[in-house]
Amino acid sequence: MMNDSLFSLVCAGEIFELKAELNSDKKEKKKEAVKKVIASMTVGKDVSALFPDVVNCMQTDNLELKKLVYLYLMNYAKSQPDMAIMAVNTFVKDCEDPNPLIRALAVRTMGCIRVDKITEYLCEPLRKCLKDEDPYVRKTAAVCVAKLHDINAQLVEDQGFLDTLKDLISDSNPMVVANAVAALSEIAESHPNSNLLDLNPQTINKLLTALNECTEWGQIFILDCLANYTPRDDRESQSICERVTPRLSHANSAVVLSAVKVLMKFMEMLPKDLDYYGTLLKKLAPPLVTLLSAEPELQYVALRNINLIVQRRPEILKHEMKVFFVKYNDPIYVKLEKLDIMIRLASQANIAQVLAELKEYATEVDVDFVRKAVRAIGRCAIKVEQSAERCVSTLLDLIQTKVNYVVQEAIVVIKDIFRKYPNKYESVIATLCENLDSLDEPEARAAMIWIVGEYAERIDNADELLESFLEGFHDESTQVQLQLLTAIVKLFLKKPTETQELVQQVLSLATQDSDNPDLRDRGYIYWRLLSTDPVAAKEVVLAEKPLISEETDLIEPTLLEELICHIGTLASVYHKPPSAFVEGSRGVQHKRLPGSAGSGESVESPDTGSAAGVSEAPPAVIPSQGDLLGDLLNLDLTPPTTTGPPPPSSGMQMGAMDLLGGGLDSLVGYLHSTMGAGFGAPPAAMPASFTAPVSGGLDDLFDLGGGVGMPMGAYSPPKTVWLPAMKAKGLEISGTFARRAGVIQMEMTLTNKAMSVMTDFAIQFNRNSFGLAPAGPLQVLTPLSPNQSIEVTLPLNTVGPVMKMEPLNNLQVAVKNNIDVFYFSCQYPISMLFVEDGKMERQVFLATWKDIPNDNESQFQIKDCHLNSDAASNKLQGSNIFTIAKRTVEGQDMLYQSMKLTNGIWVLAELRVQAGNPNYTISLKCRAPEVSQCVFQSYEAVLKN
Amino acid sequence: MIGGLFIYNHKGEVLISRVYRDDIGKTWNPSYTSPPSPSHWNHMRNAVDAFRVNVIHARQQVRSPVTNIARTSFFHVKRSNIWLAAVTKQNVNAAMVFEFLYKMCDVMTAYFGKISEENIKNNFVLIYELLDEILDFGYPQNSETGALKTFITQQGIKGQTKEEQSQITSQVTGQIGWRREGIKYRRNELFLDVLESVNLLMSPQGQVLSAHVSGRVVMKSYLSGMPECKFGMNDKIVIDKQGKGGASDDAGKSGKQSIAIDDCTFHQCVRLSKFDSERSISFIPPDGEYELMRYRTTKDIILPFRVIPLVREVGRTKLEVKVVIKSNFKPSLLAQKIEVRIPTPLNTSGVQVICMKGKAKYKASENAIVWKIKRMAGMKESQISAEIELLPTNDKKKWARPPISMNFEVPFAPSGLKVRYLKVFESKLNYSDHDVIKWVRYIGRSGIYETRC
Repeated sequence: MMNDSLFSLVCAGEIFELKAELNSDKKEKKKEAVKKVIASMTVGKDVSALFPDVVNCMQTDNLELKKLVYLYLMNYAKSQPDMAIMAVNTFVKDCEDPNPLIRALAVRTMGCIRVDKITEYLCEPLRKCLKDEDPYVRKTAAVCVAKLHDINAQLVEDQGFLDTLKDLISDSNPMVVANAVAALSEIAESHPNSNLLDLNPQTINKLLTALNECTEWGQIFILDCLANYTPRDDRESQSICERVTPRLSHANSAVVLSAVKVLMKFMEMLPKDLDYYGTLLKKLAPPLVTLLSAEPELQYVALRNINLIVQRRPEILKHEMKVFFVKYNDPIYVKLEKLDIMIRLASQANIAQVLAELKEYATEVDVDFVRKAVRAIGRCAIKVEQSAERCVSTLLDLIQTKVNYVVQEAIVVIKDIFRKYPNKYESVIATLCENLDSLDEPEARAAMIWIVGEYAERIDNADELLESFLEGFHDESTQVQLQLLTAIVKLFLKKPTETQELVQQVLSLATQDSDNPDLRDRGYIYWRLLSTDPVAAKEVVLAEKPLISEETDLIEPTLLEELICHIGTLASVYHKPPSAFVEGSRGVQHKRLPGSAGSGESVESPDTGSAAGVSEAPPAVIPSQGDLLGDLLNLDLTPPTTTGPPPPSSGMQMGAMDLLGGGLDSLVGYLHSTMGAGFGAPPAAMPASFTAPVSGGLDDLFDLGGGVGMPMGAYSPPKTVWLPAMKAKGLEISGTFARRAGVIQMEMTLTNKAMSVMTDFAIQFNRNSFGLAPAGPLQVLTPLSPNQSIEVTLPLNTVGPVMKMEPLNNLQVAVKNNIDVFYFSCQYPISMLFVEDGKMERQVFLATWKDIPNDNESQFQIKDCHLNSDAASNKLQGSNIFTIAKRTVEGQDMLYQSMKLTNGIWVLAELRVQAGNPNYTISLKCRAPEVSQCVFQSYEAVLKN
Repeated sequence: MIGGLFIYNHKGEVLISRVYRDDIGKTWNPSYTSPPSPSHWNHMRNAVDAFRVNVIHARQQVRSPVTNIARTSFFHVKRSNIWLAAVTKQNVNAAMVFEFLYKMCDVMTAYFGKISEENIKNNFVLIYELLDEILDFGYPQNSETGALKTFITQQGIKGQTKEEQSQITSQVTGQIGWRREGIKYRRNELFLDVLESVNLLMSPQGQVLSAHVSGRVVMKSYLSGMPECKFGMNDKIVIDKQGKGGASDDAGKSGKQSIAIDDCTFHQCVRLSKFDSERSISFIPPDGEYELMRYRTTKDIILPFRVIPLVREVGRTKLEVKVVIKSNFKPSLLAQKIEVRIPTPLNTSGVQVICMKGKAKYKASENAIVWKIKRMAGMKESQISAEIELLPTNDKKKWARPPISMNFEVPFAPSGLKVRYLKVFESKLNYSDHDVIKWVRYIGRSGIYETRC
């Protein structure tokens, strides 16, 4: 019927010819002509000039021709909106056609013509079609609502289509239900605050019924929608799980994965001692394994998801190691993923098998795969201690192959093994040294240099080896340069006599001839250390290193939780939250797993405990995007009570350090970066005085509220208007902060100055200097009617994410209600962060005062204050500023005071009060001088009120 | 959801493009020289080009079936030299997109045979019509060929009565979307094929590293009306359950063994909730051929062949290979289409082979010795020996020694699966289970059947 000539059409002269054919009287000729037009359109030729002629063909009872014309319209209507109007009449007429296929076709196509003018005409036909007697028309109309919403959301709301769509969830036809669910889910995604998909036990029941009856695709829509629901209790959760499990036997992998998602999520709510919980776990494994016999693309999707599932619930697949063995003909992307999962599942029980496999893979052809296999052997050694020896010997075998990239990869992992098991496998060093010349990748060179430096005392010719690297020092990458510098300094400290020249050379290379600031910094530090105090240098450079953790590539727990909620979707394939790759408002909403059953007793999210206890944040887990996106937009809609405060991540730790670090940022930064690389200057190089307050701060985070029973009457400033009604569509917020019984509170008055009722309030903070975060949801229980005010007290904690703000006590807040999200910022008095146990011992105070350099001292004047020193002292004590000592010198009272911030920073103060003089002088000393200004402001505020 | 669907030929030329959502147009590809143009059509072309440049024409082998270019995700599958790509900017259900792409290939194959450039060009109108029907605003709709063929035809629909129209729509949207009413056959007949592929990975020492059977039950049904079917097999769980009841007379018969099924999946016609609660497989089948179920077993697999390799390196320029295969099933059965593939190193200069049975040839282009045997009975063994001459190389890289693979076909199910019954009930028409002619056939094929050497 068709042939190549359709595709080889040359547009220029033929447009005219086509025009004639389109206007022909013969139906067949017309149809052929339209086909030619579509063919040209497909290959990208511009046939828009034929618009009127093609539209003329629309009035036909030939369905095939009609479909062709519609196809043309969908593509060109936007570029010719005025002409597109011509088509409207036919559409409206077709929506009344007795043939349901034509009615559906018309409503389907109309939705695809994205021209504003047309959408107005679409409303009436759409309304009729939504109530059509034929289910085929209704299911098409349901999707059309989503289309229309995409073009003009307001119109859809005004016309009440959303309600009609909601009604369709109760439709008798399962496919209509499925499409309505799909459309509603999509619309709800762009309105995160609307309660569109009003999921309640009744609707859930309807969905579960439709689930058994609709097409495979419909089942996916429904399951994906179910996954957004949070059951009320474990019983409801179990009953849903029971009705979803049969889906695990569906032939369509997407149905299976979506069912897995629902189960993984709802399982969180089941008590672990429940029999059903165990049954469910067992039921999950076989379908996951079956997914691996699907086509390779689906295998890939499945493997990426299994990777997540294994991290969350390793018990599900722990006996299924074998199915992840790589097949010779697997596409490379499947091979790499399988390898990843194999390592995650490796345990003492199966390590022999795994190692045999990995060794096999290391002889494969694909370079990436081989590298990963070699690296995997190293990871096995670190993960399963019993296997370390076997792993090392396997690696040595591989080094003997002399295949360049295998050798290099092996050396990199052997370095890690040395870190994990120090002084155990040094016998292999000789073999490693033989391969020095073949190393051409920076990572491998750096690893080798580290090994030489670390074990310099056992390598006779260590100096020669390192010297050989030094020749091309400036051509090396930074990584190698830094490593070389450290290694030579280590060597010098171990064998000072023979290597003086070498160390001189490297220090001058690093400091004088290099323009890399990191390198220079490190060079200077070593230089100064060596020249002033060689003993200290030894302590610092040769300090014992902390052992490396076994799992370096686990996904950060909060991100993992979010990804589990996205099983089956692109997010789970990319291992990134949707906000990382989806534009606009969609996907910004972060999903969370529901809290476990009978929760309230534990803060810890289940299972993460085994990988990393809450108290020790896993040091090597690199906080990825999920964390960084904790910005204002990321409004968390699940009630925070069920999730509990997140375990402190390493990012927060660094943030706290930043505050303290001040001018030494770069030092801390570089220490961190080298620590991250797994070797290099030991963390002990961090000045001891820095580490103390940091860890103190962390401790403090955990025993918050320990000091209850302090005197009441902490100063709280009067309420001020934070968010004027004008800026927030009628919502006015005024508020203040207070510290009551050791709890920081945000006290707000919400006033509705708009005409309509406000509901669904929620609040979130941006990251801030002291990690302030709401400790619970915003409790606005009743809707706020117009002209009504409500007082709300929001308890806060300080375990949120940290970011230094300017000014320091600035807090950015997002408040959401049913209307919109509003942002404002306010400043809190730093005095509310002063903790109850902020009274320092006298001796400590003295020592600390001396210890803090004078540069960190700042002086302020407090004017017009008419209190005597005792009254002042009492008043300040109310705000947790404690007087430690008092001295009177020449009629001037000197009060020595201390206070401690929630993050463990101590502030020391000397307050001078002279009788009769209303002006006080205050000197503040703190290791983090940034806070001084805020502290002074607090003094002023407390004393004057 | 899916924002657009494109079909390309191997050169990267677009054969079919169907855009469902505007957002995908906004892809801007740095290697695409002209600036993004405002018109809709041009927008789309950017996405089209981005995929061509970054995937089809990519210098490196494709590293993932999902590619993200400029915040736009491309899912692709390849059939012969045709690329099908689904494009989206949203967080879609990735598994669904691939399932849909496969389904689309099935539908196209059912309509016009092989997916080739020629066929796609000749049927592009039909493809657009199908795409319009099975994907609405990027949401997959009913894509069962049986249903589609009732109203999307290559001839155009002619004069339907009102009843016919509503019958179509109720079928497309109905609970039994895969079967239409009013089917009539003079002879009610059904064919069941149990097709298994047995997979094996064996160590050189003969240790089974992994083995599993993935099986399919394919049914061809030519039954009148809306028959209710019930399928039974020797599933261990079912048999044990009946055994406990004590009433079964089967239990007495020796040799009636049951098999443990690790997992199974079913065609959408099977009532999954019933399977979950009673483990019974009941359904109303589609008309014609379809896949009723898939299953996987790992226990007590009959491995039809055992491969025993012996590779000896004689100096640096010679390899001696000896491979013995043993058939391991009833002597009365015959295996067919046996092929053993013995890989040879890249620097092979010549090969001499001697085999007891069949024909063996060294294929330089495939770097392998291919040994073919037409038929072989059970409990036999055969042997091949080869001398491989190697060119001296200074390549340090060792030869990877790919595994020896095998292909064959045997007339039994290596998993041990047996069909016990397939009962047909059609209450409205006057035929009973006894009137239906039933055929059952077992075919076991090699999947990836490899022995390392």
